[in-house]
Amino acid sequence: MVRNLMNAGQSVSLRRLFDEVGQVDCVGIEERVAKYTTRSIKKASKLWGLRTAVSMVDLTTLEGKDTPGKVASLCAKALQPADDPAVPQVAAVCVYPAMVKHARRALGTDTAVRIASVATAFPSGQTPLRTRLAEVRAAVADGADEIDMVINRGAFLAGEFGRVQDEIAAVRTACGGATLKVILEVSELETYDNIRAASFLAMRVIRPGDFIKTSTGKTTLNATLGNNQVMLEAIRDFYLDTGTAISMKPAGGIRTAKQALQFLIAVKETLGDAWLTNERYRFGASSLLNDLLRQIEKERTGAYQAPYYFSEAAESY
Amino acid sequence: MPTLASKKRKTTARNGRPAPELIFGDLWDFDPAPETADPKLKPRYELFINGKFVAPKSGKYFDTINPATERKLAEIALAGPADVDAACRAAQRAYDNVWGKLSGRERAKYLFRIARLLQDRAREFAVAETMDGGKPIKESRDFDVPMAAAHFFYHAGWADKLEYVAPGRRVAPLGVVAQVIPWNFPLLMCAWKLAPALAMGNCVVLKPAETTSITALKLAEIIQDAGLPPGVVNFVTGAGATGAALMAHPIPAKVAFTGSTEVGKIIMRSLAGTDKKMTMELGGKAANIVFDDAPLDQAVEGIINGIFFNQGHVCCAGSRLLVHEPVAAKVIAKLKQRIKVLRVGDPLDKNTDVGAINSKEQLAKITKLVASGVKEGAEIYQSPCPLPAKGWYFRPTIFSNVAMSHRIAREEIFGPVLSILTFRTVDEAIEKANNTAYGLSAGVWTDKGSRILKMSTELKAGVVWANSYNKFDPTSPFGGYKESGFGREGGRQGLLDYCQLV
Repeated sequence: MVRNLMNAGQSVSLRRLFDEVGQVDCVGIEERVAKYTTRSIKKASKLWGLRTAVSMVDLTTLEGKDTPGKVASLCAKALQPADDPAVPQVAAVCVYPAMVKHARRALGTDTAVRIASVATAFPSGQTPLRTRLAEVRAAVADGADEIDMVINRGAFLAGEFGRVQDEIAAVRTACGGATLKVILEVSELETYDNIRAASFLAMRVIRPGDFIKTSTGKTTLNATLGNNQVMLEAIRDFYLDTGTAISMKPAGGIRTAKQALQFLIAVKETLGDAWLTNERYRFGASSLLNDLLRQIEKERTGAYQAPYYFSEAAESY
Repeated sequence: MPTLASKKRKTTARNGRPAPELIFGDLWDFDPAPETADPKLKPRYELFINGKFVAPKSGKYFDTINPATERKLAEIALAGPADVDAACRAAQRAYDNVWGKLSGRERAKYLFRIARLLQDRAREFAVAETMDGGKPIKESRDFDVPMAAAHFFYHAGWADKLEYVAPGRRVAPLGVVAQVIPWNFPLLMCAWKLAPALAMGNCVVLKPAETTSITALKLAEIIQDAGLPPGVVNFVTGAGATGAALMAHPIPAKVAFTGSTEVGKIIMRSLAGTDKKMTMELGGKAANIVFDDAPLDQAVEGIINGIFFNQGHVCCAGSRLLVHEPVAAKVIAKLKQRIKVLRVGDPLDKNTDVGAINSKEQLAKITKLVASGVKEGAEIYQSPCPLPAKGWYFRPTIFSNVAMSHRIAREEIFGPVLSILTFRTVDEAIEKANNTAYGLSAGVWTDKGSRILKMSTELKAGVVWANSYNKFDPTSPFGGYKESGFGREGGRQGLLDYCQLV
C-alpha cells in the first residue's frame, strides 16, 4: 500500500517534468538513429572522422586492479596513440580518484591531455553526499581537470528531482575550476522519457562546457545511438532556448571505429559543426582507440594490420 | 518543485544578443559514396508478349532518360493497338489453356520463384530503379526492391489458401486483367499489381509508366527465368495512347489503374457502360495532424518522412501538415532545422536523402504550384542545400501560413513541398483534414490513445497512421476514399478485388 502511494506520487511529479521538457517516442527515435547507420563515409571524410574521434577519446581504465604502472602505461598511450604524427593525442585519461596523482605524475603538468576522474562513489553513488563531495575535492586537489559524477538515480526514480538537482549543484561547486561531467546512468533510468528529463535536470545547474554523459560502463546497457540522440536533442533544445552550450559524452559500449563514426554523424546532423570538437563531444572508451588507429592505418596503407601492431589498451569499460 | 520553474532563463534574444543558432556547415563534408553495382541495362528494350521479347509492330521506340543526368538510358519499344491486341490475346490463351487450370499450390511455386530471383538480383534492380526514376539509392535498396519481393512472397502464400479469402463463399479468377501503373514506384507497383492477380489465377497485361519502364522489363527477365508459362504476364510499354488502347480492349475483364485522379476519371468515363470491373488508386492530399502533446522531434521526423520520401512523389504523401496552434511555431522551427541536414543530390550516392524529380514535366508542375503558393501569400522556406548543375532537382520546400483556400492546400503537388496549416481543436482538425476531394491517407501524432482511435474513425482516409507515417506491409490493405479511388491493394481485401465470388 505504502509502495503504491509512493509510485503514485512519483508518476505525478514525473508527469509534470515530462510536460515541461517534452517526451520521446521510442519507435520514432530508433527509426531516426537507424538512418545514421546507413550513412556511407569514405576516403578523406572517413579519415577526418577517425582522427577527430581519436581526439575525442577519454581513454579509460576503471578496474579494481588498476595500479600506478597500469595508469602510467595508459597515459603513455594517451600522449602518443600512434607513431603517425597526423594522429592527434586523445582528449583525456579517465581513472579512479586514487589513481589521479599517478596519472598526473605520468602526464606531467605541461600537457594537453586532461585527467578525468570518476568521483562521487562511482558507479553506484550510494554514499552520503558529504563523502561524495570530499571525494571530488580530493580528486581535484590531486590534479584532476575533469570530474565524472554519477547522479542519484534512486532519488530520481523516487521523484525527488529537487534533491537530484541540488546534489549536482553541490558537486559543481566542489569541482571549482574542474570541468564537470554528469553521468545519468541511462540503463537505470530505463526510458527515453526519463533520460530526456534527467538531461534537463542536469543542464539547468551545470556550466557551459560541462558535460552530460550516458553511463558508467558498469551496467549491461551503455551508450547507444538511441540514448545518445535523446541527449543530443536535449542539449540542442536547451541551447536554442538559453544559449548555453552543454557538451556530451557517450560512454561504454562504443568499441569500433564504425560505431564512433555513426555517433559523430548523429552529432553533425543534430547539433552541427560547433559540437564536432573534443571540447563539446567525447567518447568514454578504451578498446575503441585501437580500432580507430587500425582503421586510420588501413586508410593509409590499404591493408589491415595485425592487432599486435598496436600497443595494448585497457581491456575493460 | 521550485527548482524546475525558477530555472527558466530569459532567452538571450531578449538580452540584446543574437538568438543562438546551430551551424550545419561544411566542417565535415562527406566524400561521394556512389553505389557501384552494375544495373545491367540493355541499350534497347522490347515488348514482353507471350513469354518473349518482341519488337513493336510499328517499329517505333522512345527514349528513357535518367532524371539525375538528363542523359538517355535506353530505348523502349512503343506499343501500338496491334501490340496491345497481341498481348491481350496471348493472355487469354494462357488463361484458357494453362494458368486458369493450375492449382493454387502450383501457382504459388512460380510466385515464390519470382520473389527469390528478385532478391538474388536486388542490388542490380535497385540501381536500375534509381537511374531510371531518380529516387535515392537508399530508398530503392531498402524499400522498393525488398518490399516488391515481400509482395510476391506474401501472395505466394495465399495462392493455395484462397478458400479463406471470402469465408463461406467460393472464389474464382476473373480471367485477363489490364493494369496501368505510375512512375513513382515502378517496380513496387508492378509487384502490387501482379502478385495478387497471379495468386488468384488471373493473367495480366501491364503497362508501366513511359518514363520508368526499365525495371518492369527487367522483371520480365525474371519472369522468363522463373519459367512462368508464356502469356501469363505481358508488358506493353508506351505513353497514354498505349494505356488507352489497353483499357479499351475487349478482352480484359478488369482494369486496375494507379495514377493521377485526372487520368483515373478519363478511364472511368471511357469504361462507363462496359462490363469491366475496375479498381482505381489515385491521388491524395493527406493531412498529417500534430497535436500539442505529441513527441515533437519524432513528429518532425515523421513529417519529413511523410513529405520528402521519394521526393514527395508519393500518392499518400503527408503534404498538408495540420499543426496544433500551441506548438505550431516550435514545430516549424524544428522542421527548418531538420531540412538543413537533408542531403539533396546524386540519387546513386548512398548518402543522398532526396533525389531527382522524375521528369522535366513534373519539375515544371511543381515549380508552377510553388509559384502559386508564393503569389497567394503563403510564407516559403527552402533548404539552402546546393543542387547539382545538371539534372532535375527541387529544393525541399515548406510553406507556412497556408490557408485552406490556397491551391497548395487543395491540389496534389507530387513533389517535395509541404503546406502547413494550423488548427485549434480536435473537431477543427478533423474537419480540415476531411475538407478535400481526396482521402487516401492521414497521420495523427499524439500521446493520447483515445484521441488516436477517435481520429482514425472520423478521418475519411483509407490509411491512418498513428505516430508514424508511410508504413507499408503486404498484409495491410491500401486504397482510397472519395476521389482517391476505390478498391484495395494488399492483404485479404486486395485479393477480393481480383476474383469473383461464385
